[in-house]
Amino acid sequence: MSNPEVQSMTIAQAINSGYHNAMEADEKIIILGEDVAEPTGGVFKTTKDLSTRFGTDRVRSTPIAEGAIAGSAVGLALGGYRGVAEIMFFDFTTHVMDQILNHAAKFRYMTGGATPAPVMVTTVVGSSHFGPQHAQSVEAWFMHTPGINVCFPSSPSDAKGLVMSCLESPDPTLLIQHSGLLYSIKEDVPVGPHRVPLGKAKVERAGGDLTIVAYGPTVRTAVEAAQQLAESGIDAEIIDLRSLVPLDFETVLASVERTRRCVVTHEATQFAGPGAEISARITEELFSELLGPVLRVGGLFTPVPFAKTLNRLPTADRIVAKVKQLF
Amino acid sequence: MNSPLPTKPALLSADALERMYSLMLSTTLADQRSAAEAREGRLLAAFYPVRGMEAVCAALGATMRGGDKMISTYRNLGDAMAKGMSLRSIIAELYGKEQGCSRGRGGPMHLQDQDVNFTATTGIVGSGMQIAAGLGMAEQMDRSGNAVIVTFGDGATSIGAYHEGMNFVALWKLPVVIVCQNNQWGEHTAIADYAPSIELAKRAAAYGMTAERVDGFDPIACVEALDSALARARANEGPTFLEFMHYRLTGHTGTADYSYMPKEELAAAMERDPAPTFRKWLLDNGHLSEGQVSRIETDAEAVIEDAFRYAADGTDPDQNDIYDGVFADETFARSVSGE
Repeated sequence: MSNPEVQSMTIAQAINSGYHNAMEADEKIIILGEDVAEPTGGVFKTTKDLSTRFGTDRVRSTPIAEGAIAGSAVGLALGGYRGVAEIMFFDFTTHVMDQILNHAAKFRYMTGGATPAPVMVTTVVGSSHFGPQHAQSVEAWFMHTPGINVCFPSSPSDAKGLVMSCLESPDPTLLIQHSGLLYSIKEDVPVGPHRVPLGKAKVERAGGDLTIVAYGPTVRTAVEAAQQLAESGIDAEIIDLRSLVPLDFETVLASVERTRRCVVTHEATQFAGPGAEISARITEELFSELLGPVLRVGGLFTPVPFAKTLNRLPTADRIVAKVKQLF
Repeated sequence: MNSPLPTKPALLSADALERMYSLMLSTTLADQRSAAEAREGRLLAAFYPVRGMEAVCAALGATMRGGDKMISTYRNLGDAMAKGMSLRSIIAELYGKEQGCSRGRGGPMHLQDQDVNFTATTGIVGSGMQIAAGLGMAEQMDRSGNAVIVTFGDGATSIGAYHEGMNFVALWKLPVVIVCQNNQWGEHTAIADYAPSIELAKRAAAYGMTAERVDGFDPIACVEALDSALARARANEGPTFLEFMHYRLTGHTGTADYSYMPKEELAAAMERDPAPTFRKWLLDNGHLSEGQVSRIETDAEAVIEDAFRYAADGTDPDQNDIYDGVFADETFARSVSGE
């Protein structure tokens, strides 16, 4: 039975579908990035067919110059457009920091509200096949700067919903994609416009014994861990944050208040990572309710190694071991 | 450096020349007053003087149209005045007052006024070029017939952002007029000590755009160069790089020591100090009378006095409003700050 309103999509296809819907509705959306136009359609194919449909003024393959890609997006925003800066790898956002964190994120504030600059930056992280400079999860750099929203979808439906919300946000946004998730999961996604609000977490798995807070790729790792924990009689609740800024503390705190135990997991470096902030906030709000400290399973304090035998990332086993410290 | 202004016939009407002198002089006086306030500790801000640039700024004022958009850099007082910003809102911003153009949130490095298309000022050297590229794309796609003017100093030509932006602007033939204010100093370092290739217009031409060196102490030459560059941009015929040659007549900031600047060089440049030189030229060539000139001077002084009084009487922003504008909705900023 086929339902014409939904279609089975990967995250890459869902992002592409979100662009199609948003660009159709808003002719001011302009995508800028390396190889985003046809015939490439983006090296991860997320911008496939867009230049054919909307033209190469609106879907512009640019020189290899991330700073100017981001800066042009900022300038477009000042000119009444919504620039999307497609940055091929998260590591390359080092080149956009000036335009995104010094300009886009501050332009509303430092002009007393006169010039908001709602650009969208999107980028890909996840594979270590390219070695240490094409695989770093650096979302904490962005979270640390007031003025930009950060989101990281873990499913096709959320990916489309967040793309569309980013493209309608009054503020700058960063949408992070994970290369390991782009093509590996398929699910039914609305073909028409579909939005997931920024700043709204999702309960991925309901449970009563502890809360695992995850986002992006660690949602799946946490699901795997929860299956192992279930065999030991531990019923884990998993919260998929989806957005890191704004971060849905309400959902996190409500869950931990009930389960009284919490582990936070992410691929970003654990030290001074997003989990440190989440852990601190839970402790500040729920200290007397907790049955143990809020624990973290993040990336080890190393660059991303190339060799497969070297793993700095959270695994289901690492999460399970950490959870068991709380029981 | 020491030559007087040319005595060729002015292309401008007496009214236009009068407005140029008024703008040039007001810029000088507002600059000197701001620097003095900073030196005396009454203005607690890094203030970047524009002394030496006033002829270019006056020419910008004479040639830009209301619809043209400007991206400026932190040495921005003359640009803001040229684009038609109210001196009251400029000076109130210097003092961090709620009545300032950016409600005291930005300070002197973030002057802007959307009503006159003084679109943005950045405090980051070279970054304006990239923003101008995007704004140029917007104007080009809109077929607005407006030009984007981006200004910066010679020091900005060393940073990567500048080069990326130049390439974008040239690649897509964007309607941008690139105004390089070559005051021959990058902060406290002379141009010959930071670049082996100091003819910046020649470097710019290598990007595949029209580029020209202009005597930045000659307001009429500046008007001519800007007029044709702006016309090209408005006709969507591509960008123009204009390197205005002049000299910084003060230190890097309003309070900085500049004893390192060669005395003879500075003295020679002072001989061409834009406002007094233009004044003499206007009188010598009969464009304005003594009476007209002194009326302009009296009016300029009154406007500056009024702006500084307005700023002094302004209100300071309230701590309760500190989250205004972090995001469109302040809830998250407030809650994660512990409120």
